[in-house]
Amino acid sequence: MKTTTKQKIAFSILFLCTIMVVLPVLFVLGIIIKNGWHGINWQFLTTMPKDGMRGGGIYPAIVGTLYLVSLSIVFSLPIGLLAAIYLNEYAKDNLLTRLIRLAIVNLSGVSSVVYGLFGLALFVTFMKFGVSILSGALTLAIMNLPIVITASREALASVPYSFREVSYSLGLSRWQTIRHSVLPFAIPGILTGAILSLARAAGETAPILFTVAAFYLPKLPDSIFDQAMALPYHLYIISTQIPNISTETRYATALVLVGIVFSMNIIAVVIRARLRKRKKW
Amino acid sequence: MSKIIAKDLNLWYGAFHALKHIHLDFDERRITAIIGPSGCGKSTLLRVFNRMNDLVEGVRMKGEVLIDDKSILDGGFNDLVKLRKKVGMVFQRPNPFPLSVYENVIFGLKVHHLAKKNDFDAIVQESLESVLLWNDLKDKLRKNALGLSLEQKQRLCIARTIAVKPDIVLMDEPCSALDPQATLKIEELMQRLKKEYTIVIVTHNMQQAARVSDDTGFMLLGELIEFGKTVEIFTAPKDKRTEDYITGRYG
Repeated sequence: MKTTTKQKIAFSILFLCTIMVVLPVLFVLGIIIKNGWHGINWQFLTTMPKDGMRGGGIYPAIVGTLYLVSLSIVFSLPIGLLAAIYLNEYAKDNLLTRLIRLAIVNLSGVSSVVYGLFGLALFVTFMKFGVSILSGALTLAIMNLPIVITASREALASVPYSFREVSYSLGLSRWQTIRHSVLPFAIPGILTGAILSLARAAGETAPILFTVAAFYLPKLPDSIFDQAMALPYHLYIISTQIPNISTETRYATALVLVGIVFSMNIIAVVIRARLRKRKKW
Repeated sequence: MSKIIAKDLNLWYGAFHALKHIHLDFDERRITAIIGPSGCGKSTLLRVFNRMNDLVEGVRMKGEVLIDDKSILDGGFNDLVKLRKKVGMVFQRPNPFPLSVYENVIFGLKVHHLAKKNDFDAIVQESLESVLLWNDLKDKLRKNALGLSLEQKQRLCIARTIAVKPDIVLMDEPCSALDPQATLKIEELMQRLKKEYTIVIVTHNMQQAARVSDDTGFMLLGELIEFGKTVEIFTAPKDKRTEDYITGRYG
């Protein structure tokens, strides 16, 4: 066989594999949009469910998910960022640090239902927060910590050493150096990681299953100690627990969830693209 | 008058003896060049004067180093901050922050609260004037410093250093990233700056040392082999090794 023919065949195989990665995403999106598009209207997005959730809207589930996601980032971003600063700027390379790094890598591999059970045991039962937004948000925050820490560390590590060097040479202390010469230049990367983690938190079902999610609530939550409905769990319920529900409602709910996750990811991608353009040092 | 004095200075990186029994005495408001082959310890010596070596893990120092008759090797971290305000540094690669020209100049002042906000404008102008950048950049103060030419960047870095009002400016091969013309211009600038500052420059470029410096020290394998007036070092070196190096016979 001629070299050029071989090369063509190789290229075709590589290209096909690439397409096979993209195709499922397009299929999933396509099917959800096709089946759910007509179910989405203002009323669907802004009213309470009716008729045993067969009719009405999904407003409380959207609100619940937004509450959960925003409260979880309140916990995970500061803790994750500070941990990343410690690991990247202060920690010496010793056994303890290596163990911590190993733990972080392993944490990101733990399946989400384990986080759900952990949240149930720690926050709901032991700390007596009950089944509540607080418990759910804390559980999601812990699940997201590895992502936030890893993204923040990468962002910090991508700030050139020369910035720190100049900073010290100008008489800045270690903390001043981090605060003025490292963090400001790492923030876009940190934000990107945080948003990606939010998107994951918005889509997960298992961690909120035992810690916050309600089957049905007639009203919106009043405080973080209330239960809440959430989109992924709501979708699970209407797909498995409620007979005679229209396909359109199910797909429309899925479309809203996917829409939220996708728009978060797109925001993250845009921030990252801007950062790349600006970053020439 | 003596500005920097070292007495039997030794430095180790772990087990590696990088500086050996260094004695020196640098005068103020002069340009002192430290020359020597790669790895001779000249950068390490320079970084003793603002204790930048402290950033390296496993570094150990013995002996005495005095700046304005005050020891700089013992003392807490607060003293280190004070020391580095007094002893500024310019690096090999121009390394402005990805901020505006203005923000770069006032960087140190702002963090240290060394000046009031109202005085920033005046300090920026003064600092840029003293590095001969003011005329070029006075309308571009808000532009990102990363867009400047290499030479402008290096001048800006010098401006950032002297905005903190140091006494001593350490320069670690400040021209090695620049083309010959820009190099000459930075050298002219150094001549201007020595009226106010004590400058210590590390360079592997012997012509540069001969052109700009008043005094020269030659280092080899961690030892300061010879130190004296630049004219004497380059015309009548006392040590055979110095002579070999400056005539290009070394290595």
